[in-house]
Amino acid sequence: MTDVLLRVEGLRTVLDTADGEVRAVDGVDFDLRRGRTFAILGESGCGKSMTAFSLLRLLPPGGRVAAGRVLLDGVDLLRLSEKAMRRVRGGRIAMIFQEPQTALNPVMRVGDQIGEGLVRHRGLRGRALRAEARELLVQVGIPDPDRRLDAYPHQLSGGMKQRVIVAMALAGRPDILIADEPTTALDVTIQAQVLALLRRLQEELGMTILLITHDLGVVAEMAHEVGVMYAGELVETGERDAFFAHPRHPYARRLFAALPDAAKKAGRLVSIPGMVPPLTRRFTGCRFTERCDRAFAPCAGEIPAWTPVDDRQAVRCHLYTATPPAVAEGIAEPAPPPPAGAIADAKGPLLEVRDLGVHFPVRSGLLRRVSGAIRAVDGIDLRIPEGHTLALVGESGCGKTTAGKALLQLIRPTRGSVRFEGTELTTLERAALRPYRRALQIIFQDPYASMNPRMRVDRIVEEGMRSQGLGNTPGERQDRVDRLLEQVGMDPAVKHRYPHEFSGGQRQRICIARALAVSPRLVVCDEPTSALDVSVQAQILNLLRALQDELGLAYLFITHNMSVVEYLAHEVAVMYLGRIVEFGPTERVMAAPAHPYTRALLSAVPVPDPRARRDVIRLGGDPPSPHSPPAGCHFHPRCPEAMAVCRTVYPEAVERGDGHRVACHLYTGQGDTPSR
Amino acid sequence: MWVILWTDALLYLLVGVALLGVWQVRRSPHLLENWCRVVRNPLGMAASVVLGVYGVIGLADSVHVRSAAAEGQVVSMLDVLLTPLRESTETSYSAPFATHGFTKVSVTHDDGTVSRAYPRLTHGGSHLERPQERGRDILVRALKALALAALVWLALAAAAAGRVARRRAAGWRAAVRIMAGGRDVLPWRALLVTVGVLLALLFLAVELAPRYHVLGTDKVGQDVFYQTLKSIRTGLVIGTLTTLVMLPFAIGLGVAAGYFGGLVDDVIQYVYTTLNSIPGVLLIAAAILTVQIYMANHADALGTLEDRADLRLLALCIILGITSWTGLCRLLRAETLKLREVEYVQASLGFGVSHTGIITRHVVPNLMHIVLITVALDFSGLVLAEAVLSYVNIGVDPTTNSWGNMINSSRLEMAREPVVWWNLAAAFVFMFTMVLAANVFADAVRDAFDPRRS
Amino acid sequence: MMAYILRRVLYAGPILLGVNVLTFALFFLVNSPDDMAYMHLGERHVTATAVESWKAERGYHLPLFWNGEAAGAGTFKETIFFQKSLGLFAFDFGRSDSGRDIGYDIGQRMGPSLAIAVPVLLVGLAVNITFALVLVFFRATYVDVWGVVLCVALMSVSSLFYIIGGQFLIGKLLRLVPISGYDGGLDGLKFLVLPVVVGVVSGIGAGTRWYRTLFLEELGRDYVRTARAKGLPESVVLGRHVLHNALIPILTGVVVLLPLLFMGSLIIESFFGIPGLGSYTIDAILAQDFAIVRAMVFLGSVLYIVGLLLTDISYTLVDPRVRLG
Repeated sequence: MTDVLLRVEGLRTVLDTADGEVRAVDGVDFDLRRGRTFAILGESGCGKSMTAFSLLRLLPPGGRVAAGRVLLDGVDLLRLSEKAMRRVRGGRIAMIFQEPQTALNPVMRVGDQIGEGLVRHRGLRGRALRAEARELLVQVGIPDPDRRLDAYPHQLSGGMKQRVIVAMALAGRPDILIADEPTTALDVTIQAQVLALLRRLQEELGMTILLITHDLGVVAEMAHEVGVMYAGELVETGERDAFFAHPRHPYARRLFAALPDAAKKAGRLVSIPGMVPPLTRRFTGCRFTERCDRAFAPCAGEIPAWTPVDDRQAVRCHLYTATPPAVAEGIAEPAPPPPAGAIADAKGPLLEVRDLGVHFPVRSGLLRRVSGAIRAVDGIDLRIPEGHTLALVGESGCGKTTAGKALLQLIRPTRGSVRFEGTELTTLERAALRPYRRALQIIFQDPYASMNPRMRVDRIVEEGMRSQGLGNTPGERQDRVDRLLEQVGMDPAVKHRYPHEFSGGQRQRICIARALAVSPRLVVCDEPTSALDVSVQAQILNLLRALQDELGLAYLFITHNMSVVEYLAHEVAVMYLGRIVEFGPTERVMAAPAHPYTRALLSAVPVPDPRARRDVIRLGGDPPSPHSPPAGCHFHPRCPEAMAVCRTVYPEAVERGDGHRVACHLYTGQGDTPSR
Repeated sequence: MWVILWTDALLYLLVGVALLGVWQVRRSPHLLENWCRVVRNPLGMAASVVLGVYGVIGLADSVHVRSAAAEGQVVSMLDVLLTPLRESTETSYSAPFATHGFTKVSVTHDDGTVSRAYPRLTHGGSHLERPQERGRDILVRALKALALAALVWLALAAAAAGRVARRRAAGWRAAVRIMAGGRDVLPWRALLVTVGVLLALLFLAVELAPRYHVLGTDKVGQDVFYQTLKSIRTGLVIGTLTTLVMLPFAIGLGVAAGYFGGLVDDVIQYVYTTLNSIPGVLLIAAAILTVQIYMANHADALGTLEDRADLRLLALCIILGITSWTGLCRLLRAETLKLREVEYVQASLGFGVSHTGIITRHVVPNLMHIVLITVALDFSGLVLAEAVLSYVNIGVDPTTNSWGNMINSSRLEMAREPVVWWNLAAAFVFMFTMVLAANVFADAVRDAFDPRRS
Repeated sequence: MMAYILRRVLYAGPILLGVNVLTFALFFLVNSPDDMAYMHLGERHVTATAVESWKAERGYHLPLFWNGEAAGAGTFKETIFFQKSLGLFAFDFGRSDSGRDIGYDIGQRMGPSLAIAVPVLLVGLAVNITFALVLVFFRATYVDVWGVVLCVALMSVSSLFYIIGGQFLIGKLLRLVPISGYDGGLDGLKFLVLPVVVGVVSGIGAGTRWYRTLFLEELGRDYVRTARAKGLPESVVLGRHVLHNALIPILTGVVVLLPLLFMGSLIIESFFGIPGLGSYTIDAILAQDFAIVRAMVFLGSVLYIVGLLLTDISYTLVDPRVRLG
């Protein structure tokens, strides 16, 4: 048995809000063992971050720890004076945060920010201080540390900032590192770098890590022990391998089932109905009862106690204390598999994009002349047949959203052509374009910004119909609003309410209803699920899929999430710095990615299965700016297989059969002289 | 016979707009919720009540008639109500509650001898047989007034408690306890305390003001209390009409610049940078001076003395409006730039909704909180500005009652020996109360409407 | 950087021209020079010759824009617009309507204006920032709540009351310093104390509250949490992290005012009898001397534009994120 470094007992944290007292953390117990990683897994609002802040007593205004003990070497941190607590912060327990963009002081040099911890906890001064700060930068793998010490945060990329934050956390030589969603804001290739760094540091320094995350993949990769949190309390704890082999709590099981991937492509995803209950409520039974498919007699009236399943797992669920009514084990797959790509590509493409380019001018000099351009989208070709889903994949800043908007003429393209059923859209005037707006619709990423907060739901859904002159009378339009809301799984009675009364998933449904109101043929889905929790994501993906089957919609699905692509898309296009580097049928690209970038991207995605040992192709550096892309192949500075020719010539796309095309010199036949 | 001055008409328009706003708010749960937050804030509630009283006085002073009783003069409803105050003029200064003048005058006695003495006032305390009874008289009357005020207050409080009791289906005592403990949605304590203080002041004024000059008289013997009440309208007009003048410019140009961008934006930005680069006071001074000359040279065409004073007040509002729209315009432009890229606007563009549709449905409604906060915050600044401008002689007409003019005249009085302080004190108290209430109210509005503060 | 400054200077041209045309329109188009002459000479009972000579003395007898009688460039040059308005671009302020050399007066009066305005600004800044930091340190306690109430009350008092009250209390009742007046050199210090104190006090309410808001806004940011997680004490978090970030808007807000300090404070100067540009302006307004008002409007605009330029430059100095280009 490894020794316990930090023990949390009965921790209760409340937040005073306008709606009353929110019990954000409601009786949480766990142990951190020396040199191991404990991961708290949970969806948004479950109290996992509040738990972390409570340990350091860094709660936001209005928050306070109501009860419990946090024992570090037998000393209760919650009873320490503020002065003594400050020695613990950074000295014994350090923390790294979710948002590297804002977690650093923008007007202080990196070296000084790291130095503060060194002065505070190790009393270093002068030259020793700088040397140690430099040493820390080296330790977290920042190249050119001498120069970086004098850099300001804005001069560093996101991944680099997160490394600096890790270095800052290490400055006080803490025993425990709390990592609160350390990679959520980062791109997947950068996430792989940071996770690797954390693992290496743990091995080198024997550090104990408390990892807070919502990502099962990250847990599988990083944790030794796992705790699943739901509605303010832990519902299951266990060793990682045991947990991933047999998740016990119904909530945990459904989380796994809700994850989209290729294997589930055949059916509907399992989603968790309903929402997390408000934490202002007092609970008399299991908190998951209302959403649980296995709920039975004692669940609603009796709070379940911790039940050890074996010596490696414990769970808080009545299924393991009482005998539940028998049901078929395993989670049912409710729907028959839809015929993938059922509507054949016979009539020619619905939408055809050729050499589409969107350039934003860069002005400089005395008279603000246009001196260059940011080529956000730099000549892409796409074909979307009717009823098909094309996924456009790439990391942030690659131009995928701009491409989607340009396709809808929300941003007028600089060059190229967009043909909808043979009609060229790029040259149409505003008025002439209006009839085509019906056919092309869009769903956005942020469900909170995508509806006017001052309009009622029926007015929101109706807006497109009114603008397009659909429905002759207000009554007719209202009837259609009712039917649309039903179609997206909402009660038509909600149409008299305002957007703020709905959860993220419900809002996204309303947005889908709004888009459907004008009977579109193609919907651009711009990361429609990336702001949602996994269980809600599953609902939306199911809905999109059902609508496609029912209405024959075509989707352009813009995303950075590979598992969603695998689940939903017929074809996939991978974008890097404004260009498409690989295109092909999803199965083929996923199974045999040809472009080194696609390969790296796919290998970097954490897999929620600790047994799946994968070789991460770790990309160095960060994506370059589209303002001054590297000469030759844009990817060559980061490419592990770069050759001489890559530095000078942008590769032509090469057809690899079955519509699989790759723009890479590995396949053009020009690159026969590997450079390294 | 009714007389409608220009500023009256605009004030009526403003009241109309406000009523329209109330109607709009009642229909929209969003706005209703924000306003509920304003009145649930105890300070905001107290400030609203105080501002409401000022508003009623100001509006009563904005309904004008040509009075046959007052020799065809144009008088307001307020004047009619305050007739005793308006007509009880003395010869010169007298202190608050005085029965005698402030300066000695030569008195010719019956026997023909002349001596210097403080003259008995014509009106102040003239009901007293002997001036020595004054203290007792004031005390008795004050107690009577306070007792009446207490009665009315108790009646109001009981009505409120009854309402709370009915709404909560609770007992009478329980309702009182809830209200006293501050546990109801409305801040009853703040509300009732404010109302109580105002009631006490009202009854005291009704009882005492017709018999004494409660705030003294000024150099020409006019009642200071009357003057400072009349000044309320000037302050209100400046604080509100300026906004009314400014809003169309600020909203129209700000939204146009932010929404359409390009050349439209360039031109609008040029205009407001140019206007902004002229120091405010100087621009106002320049404009007012020109208006002054224009009015002096075209005096005949502009009607009576009252009409001209009113036009000058209106001109001041317009000039203040023209010089102060740039700040709001810039704010709205920036916000419109952001809104233009917001996803619901993009979605509307995706439906082919017209520019007018997007601006009226999506942009302007989501800017109104900024407009409201700015208007509320600007109000007190404008009232204060009036005082300074009037002091520099570029404010309202010298014949118009205003706190600025009162302060201006009190400058020399403060240098007198003994000091004539009541003119300044009256202006200070009334102005301070209004500006403070406006500031507190503006804070409450900002807290309720600013999305960053919730 | 140089290109940026140059571009801004070029951009200032059209703006100043706009200011120029606007003031010209206000002063010469709304009312003709004849109107002004009548105004000055006493309304109606003036002879036409008196008006003509009044105008001729001051150069207002010329046509407004176009002189048909003059030859060559004179058609343009010998006009009121050219001589009275465009001349300002060369800082040729001309003579006031009462015949004084405005340029000379401005030079003479800048010193006293600065003697008041600079201490008011600096002391006010120090006092307000200190008070705001104290309030923020005690945030969510009664110190903060009542401090804010006091600030709102202080800012609800008209500046006129501060001046009159200050003069009455310190000058008349306590007789600590003279009520008004001005003298150069060290002897003049006693005249400066009261106006500076009044200037600072009248700004405390609004200033402290504004800075408090800025500090609180910064306190809510993520980097503050990072700093606390390092174990830094609250005083360091406030004094080093928050103050440095909040100083950016504070300093740049001050920089835009710096050039305008030359213009002095209208009210304070005239109350305290300081012979600065503020009282100069007031006197001109009271005497309806348009030549001076015109000059001051133009000067104020120039100084404001200089202030904007300095603001942009100061951003690059205090905020590492900003680069001009």
